[in-house]
Amino acid sequence: MIIAVASGKGGTGKTTVATGLVLVLRDSGHKVAYLDCDVEEPNGHIFMAPQCNESEDIFIEVPEIEQDKCALCGKCAELCVFNALLVTSDEVITFPELCHGCGGCRYFCPAQAVRSGRKKIGTVERGTAGRAVFVRGELQVGTALSPPLVNAVKKNQLSRGINVMDAPPGTSCPAVATVRGADFCILVTEPTPFGLHDLALAAQMAKSLGVPCGVVVNRAGDGRELIENFCLQEGLPLLMKIPLSRTIAEAGSRGVPLNQAEVGWDRMLLLLYSDIKGLIMSERAYGNQR
Amino acid sequence: MRIAVSAVGPALDSSVDERFGRCAFFVVFDEQTGDTEAIPNDGVNAAEGAGIKSAGLLLRNRVDVIVTGRVGPKAMQALLAGRLAVYTGVEGTVAQTMEQYRSGSLSPLGVPNARSHNGITSKEKPVK
Repeated sequence: MIIAVASGKGGTGKTTVATGLVLVLRDSGHKVAYLDCDVEEPNGHIFMAPQCNESEDIFIEVPEIEQDKCALCGKCAELCVFNALLVTSDEVITFPELCHGCGGCRYFCPAQAVRSGRKKIGTVERGTAGRAVFVRGELQVGTALSPPLVNAVKKNQLSRGINVMDAPPGTSCPAVATVRGADFCILVTEPTPFGLHDLALAAQMAKSLGVPCGVVVNRAGDGRELIENFCLQEGLPLLMKIPLSRTIAEAGSRGVPLNQAEVGWDRMLLLLYSDIKGLIMSERAYGNQR
Repeated sequence: MRIAVSAVGPALDSSVDERFGRCAFFVVFDEQTGDTEAIPNDGVNAAEGAGIKSAGLLLRNRVDVIVTGRVGPKAMQALLAGRLAVYTGVEGTVAQTMEQYRSGSLSPLGVPNARSHNGITSKEKPVK
């Protein structure tokens, strides 16, 4: 089972929900993995306290031009929508920082003058947090392209067991790469106009990826009708509310996970899981109507 | 020599554009024939690498000198690789800029004079 935790807006509590969920599942005997796909700023390790023993460098393919074979036809530069190649009157120069690694220039070069070089974009670290599997990706500083790294993190999913994927904020490529293929997506939001605005975008993203989703409201207090009305209107289940609480905020700032922040949250998080499991089951049974 | 000026429109009385990669037109003068032509810049809508795309366009149109305002690091690398001479300090209209270029009052550029940025930024600020 794959559960993605996404949000649209940043700082709503994705990692709080994801790590809390993984830890209660681990403590109740489930086989579970936490995958930090927020590769631009992974921070799940703060709550998971993992022991990482493996690290793998992740590369993308970038073009290398064999100038003596190159006929300067310009096909490669014409093809590249990211403008990673420039054909001058006597050579082809490349801009690896713009390359998205599609390999099109190599594939279509009539003179076979494009060699496959490689560029490091980040690392994937693997380890354990007690009996839970812990995986995180870390994007190299200065690299703008993260989806291949997100996909490298996703390769570590357990085939049998529960995978909880902590998505990056937003609804652009890295978030899409994380949520794609998940069985369920938890959308964490907060009851503010900004939270609502980005929740709507994130819900739309999950919908277009065909991933069923439900909403968790964090810092719930004033203005809760805002999110509730939206959920009613869109037919999204409202799965859980985390109140605006000083105790929880303080626990978070000390790196204490949600399940240990206050009495009762371990039970709430297990209920969240069983709700999601039920929703996935009914989705599998009736989902073709979507 | 073929000299290009980055501009917001295709005519001689069009205003110049300080931006190299994302100007709408390059107005090109051919010193040998005395002709003027306007080349629409297809780099203007590029998500990334607009400067590189614009440099490629100038190379294909056999431009020798580019007169513009700000050039970022990747665009500069591309222009140098294509052996284009870069002049900055555009002001007013295309015709006025051409006058300034001919009188030799514009300064040549050998290093980028704008910071690196990804894609279209809403408020571009020149590096001081």
